[in-house]
Amino acid sequence: MPHINLPQELPGISAAFAFRPETAKPMRELAHVLLHEPNSLEPGERELIATYVSSLNNCYFCQTSHGAAAACHLGNSEIVTQVASDFTQAPISQKLKSLLVIAGKVQQGGKLVTEADVQAARALGATDIEIHDTVLIAAAFCMYNRYVDGLATWQPHDEAMYAPMGKHLAAHGYRTSSINANSPAGAPAADVAQAVHA
Amino acid sequence: MPHIELPPGLQGIRGPMAFRPETAKPLNELVEVLLRGPNSLTPGERELIATYVSYLNDCYFCQTVHGFIASAHLNEDEELVRRVKADFQHADISAKLKTLLVIAGKVQRGGKYVTAADVEEARAAGATDVEIHDTVLIAAAFCMYNRYVDGLATWQPQDEELYRERGKRTAKEGYVTVSRDYVPQATSDKVHP
Repeated sequence: MPHINLPQELPGISAAFAFRPETAKPMRELAHVLLHEPNSLEPGERELIATYVSSLNNCYFCQTSHGAAAACHLGNSEIVTQVASDFTQAPISQKLKSLLVIAGKVQQGGKLVTEADVQAARALGATDIEIHDTVLIAAAFCMYNRYVDGLATWQPHDEAMYAPMGKHLAAHGYRTSSINANSPAGAPAADVAQAVHA
Repeated sequence: MPHIELPPGLQGIRGPMAFRPETAKPLNELVEVLLRGPNSLTPGERELIATYVSYLNDCYFCQTVHGFIASAHLNEDEELVRRVKADFQHADISAKLKTLLVIAGKVQRGGKYVTAADVEEARAAGATDVEIHDTVLIAAAFCMYNRYVDGLATWQPQDEELYRERGKRTAKEGYVTVSRDYVPQATSDKVHP
């Protein structure tokens, strides 16, 4: 049961967003810029970074929903599983592996990122913006994960529920909700997304 | 030296915010709502939560600047800020704020550490659902800001005098207003009309 009286039938961060629209707005905007807007890192790569950090933080809702979004972008859910369990063996670019090393350090604490980690990423072609965004995606998911778990939000352990959410996130990003409050939990939201957080 | 090439002469979070105005905008709007928006917790109390979490994360820039913003809100009581960081249970703050700092400290380690008993204690001391929510989110958000500032190895000169006056000004004018000093606005407006 959530620690505070959150709107029922909304899973994970959706309930906290509906409870407090004033903070939801910049949090949605931040995720949208970091994960969805055009960037030299593909949206699928950025969703993999978000999923990886969420798995390190053991946040079921975030790793499953962002994993679903990553799978949708990449057309492949096996890569998502591999990145979460051992990204060094996953079929992803060397550059992305070097960025995941940085993201994993940020998850433990910002000071753990070393000059050598950054040099390794740069040697594999990472730009300053890509390194910046990797650090901020990892840092931001240390926020989103703590928010979702710190309020003990409802996180149904039903992977099928997250597939339509991932599809919505991959297609539309984060400015609107991926959940339909007026349907059974987890129903895809496409046409009524605005209604929840209007 | 910062890990990436940030605009020179800007301390702490200001460097990466000037580097990437697109993300600076929601980052400033979030902290503005959390620490300065209308709320039954005073700005001073909320800045103390932010300062405490930044201290736990060992982020010099954030704990120093938010410490001075807190003291600016709290009759210039810098000793109180030091006390909250060192041993808040014996600081001259409300019993309610102490229960919220317990929750914030748990969130700093990880969201799952917050227990129903922690929340019941806060409620028994008078905390509302919004206050508990905002405490969790302030703590979570500073786990982001602290990692952002240290993860890029931003310039953080260890000289308190550089932060005291800035803290007073931010306490008076707010984060969004002050950010116009160093975040390129044209780019920001173009990206988010």
